[in-house]
Amino acid sequence: MSGFDLMRDKLTNARIAWRAAQDLEDGSYVNLGIGFPEMIARFQPEGREVTYHTENGVLGFGKAPAPGEEDWDLINAGKKAITLNPGAAIFHHADSFAMVRGGHLDLAVLGAYQVAQNGDLANWRVGSSGVPAVGGAMDLVHGARRVAVVTDHVTRDGGPKLVERCTFPLTGVACVTRVYTSLAVIDIADGRFVLREKLPDITMAALQAVTGATLHIEGEVGDLFVPEEI
Amino acid sequence: MKKVSSSVADAVGVVPDGAQIMIGGFGGSGAPVELIHALIDRFRATGSPKDITIISNNAGNGGVGIAAMIKAGLVRKIICSFPRSPNAEAFNEKYLAGEIELQLVPQGTLAERIRAAGAGIPAFYTPAGFGTELAEGKPTETFDGKTYVRERWLKADVALIKGHKGDHAGNLTYRLAARNFNPLMAMAADTTIAQVAELGEFGSIDPENVVTPGIFVDMIVEVPAPEQEEVLLRKEVNY
Repeated sequence: MSGFDLMRDKLTNARIAWRAAQDLEDGSYVNLGIGFPEMIARFQPEGREVTYHTENGVLGFGKAPAPGEEDWDLINAGKKAITLNPGAAIFHHADSFAMVRGGHLDLAVLGAYQVAQNGDLANWRVGSSGVPAVGGAMDLVHGARRVAVVTDHVTRDGGPKLVERCTFPLTGVACVTRVYTSLAVIDIADGRFVLREKLPDITMAALQAVTGATLHIEGEVGDLFVPEEI
Repeated sequence: MKKVSSSVADAVGVVPDGAQIMIGGFGGSGAPVELIHALIDRFRATGSPKDITIISNNAGNGGVGIAAMIKAGLVRKIICSFPRSPNAEAFNEKYLAGEIELQLVPQGTLAERIRAAGAGIPAFYTPAGFGTELAEGKPTETFDGKTYVRERWLKADVALIKGHKGDHAGNLTYRLAARNFNPLMAMAADTTIAQVAELGEFGSIDPENVVTPGIFVDMIVEVPAPEQEEVLLRKEVNY
């Protein structure tokens, strides 16, 4: 009836990143996971100062250098060349993870294979084959004041990524506090998914149908709005 | 001074067969390329040291550094957090063929296990990994309502690290984010060998700027204009 086509009308990763960026707080310390979450920095709202942390020991890094200007001793956790903003600091790995686990970061944003309604996150491997690699994900999900996930709402074949219980190997238990998806913004509170915003054109029934656990509603559900130009 | 070694070949002569070796660096930043390659040269010439266990964040990339060690056949086991990378064929092939053992450790836990070893702390508790397969079989304890995993210190026979400036007392500084695991590993090995781009006399580094105090460094060797691993990778160098 709404004419909403899930695969056509869901948000692109850039648009999900834009929405997540609107919640970056002025004066905050933030770690953005490798890949998709890194995109959030591109949409940091003007007038807000955010200090970015990277696991390999840099606080206060800025944009990528121009091609040819890279200094490969200065990289982020994704092994990409970075630059330093005024006020940046460099430190060793144990200090870097003290910032993570010690509760000094305001926000960590990660990607996900699955998120469970109790906040369990699976994002480091999908099975037992291949070469496993965990990096800093298992540390990052603990300690930040808010642990958010950016993800498509569904898998490539349309199955739910928001589930009652994760079936993939866990990265952390009860650690995620908010999920930004291609269809909705959802908080995790008291072991439940609480719907905060959804795309205006998708019906509640259609959204629930592609979500693997009950979406609870507390108060008003806002429109998930992303400007056309993103 | 007794800490100064005349060549990388001399310095790595102390590494025995079966040694557990820490190698500094994160991706292509901060890896002691010349020390690693000297170890490979020695193995090719003498068949030793063999059956090495490497402790490092990654498992090598392309055909240089740790990847070249794996290809050359010195390595029995790797303890690391992130062996996956776009050019990790050297590790992937041996791992999938069952010819190399892997112990996967969350990155912050790896750093803290190394730090703990250097600081004389045999075990500690961390939230990282609780409830996951990487914490299976490990003791847990609840403090103030949250459950933590007990992790053990991680020591090595030898650490190979890369500093920027060094002095005859063994004091070290580091360049940019090439610091990463290097200062931790310097503390955690029986013998720490540091390569530095500039080696100066006593007093050549302002004491306030020392990052790794010389007490943690056993041998120091000057490697002027050292290779940068990422730069070698981009040139597709095979050692």
